[in-house]
Amino acid sequence: MQVSFDNLHKAFENRVRLGIMSALAVNDYLDFNSLKEFLDVTDGNLATHLKKLEQLEFIGIEKSFVDRKPNTKYFVTPKGRQAFEAHLQVLEGIIKAQK
Amino acid sequence: MSPQSEHLQDLAEIRAMMERSSKFLSLSGLSGVLAGCYALGAAWVSANVFEFNPTSMAYTLNAEHEQGLVLTALATLVLAVLSAILLSWRKAQKKDEKIWNATTRRVVTNVSIPLIAGAVLSISLLQNDLVGLIAPITLLFYGIALYTAGSYTYHDIKYLGIIQIVLGLLACWFVQWGVLLWAIGFGLMHIVYGATMHFKYER
Repeated sequence: MQVSFDNLHKAFENRVRLGIMSALAVNDYLDFNSLKEFLDVTDGNLATHLKKLEQLEFIGIEKSFVDRKPNTKYFVTPKGRQAFEAHLQVLEGIIKAQK
Repeated sequence: MSPQSEHLQDLAEIRAMMERSSKFLSLSGLSGVLAGCYALGAAWVSANVFEFNPTSMAYTLNAEHEQGLVLTALATLVLAVLSAILLSWRKAQKKDEKIWNATTRRVVTNVSIPLIAGAVLSISLLQNDLVGLIAPITLLFYGIALYTAGSYTYHDIKYLGIIQIVLGLLACWFVQWGVLLWAIGFGLMHIVYGATMHFKYER
């Protein structure tokens, strides 16, 4: 079976971005701190990757206030979900093909 | 690293992240066993010390015994909750995870709502002398809470929830067996479930 590596989206080459997408795929919303805890990364690192995914329109942002403190929630957009699922399928295909 | 093993690792990490971020997996099995022991103790004290053995739904308790029963119930609850928090905290520490995260908050909210509703209903039943219904009602609401929790933690907890619901419903018809069914549900079933979880996931 011939599987194209081109279908592996460049955005998911990075482990942090892959982690963000995995966590958001199974949660309606996650805020910055929860993501940070699950991924175990620094603020700056996480912010950079979130920004990148936001630019790609893979994730959306909802800003609100909790006890007067700003609180940012992240969620997967339909476009992001599609790209992530396609990525998973390609990964699966590659592994099956090489077995 | 070969590209294949890299992809395999990617998939493993995706799976782990999906599970970690959506399920509360620090729940300790041993705390279930302890809760079961407290419940058996509480059932014994209620039946033998405070002569709690209602034979019909409407049943009057003497005031002194009523106070003792409420205190026994509260003490059991506090002990069970403290053991669960302490042992789950220790389990999370071992796995190098924080116990209080987005997933824990979700489990706690989802479980609290049916439990608080059940607790308020039980207080009203006690005040109205419908004492025979308290054992079935606590079993029922606890079962519903566990069934809900099953979506956010180990799936197996759903079965425990269903068993509690069935015992609760049975106890509505067989009020005279209320204390026994309560002891089976909160005591025996907790011990069986906790031990199963301990050997299945913590070894």
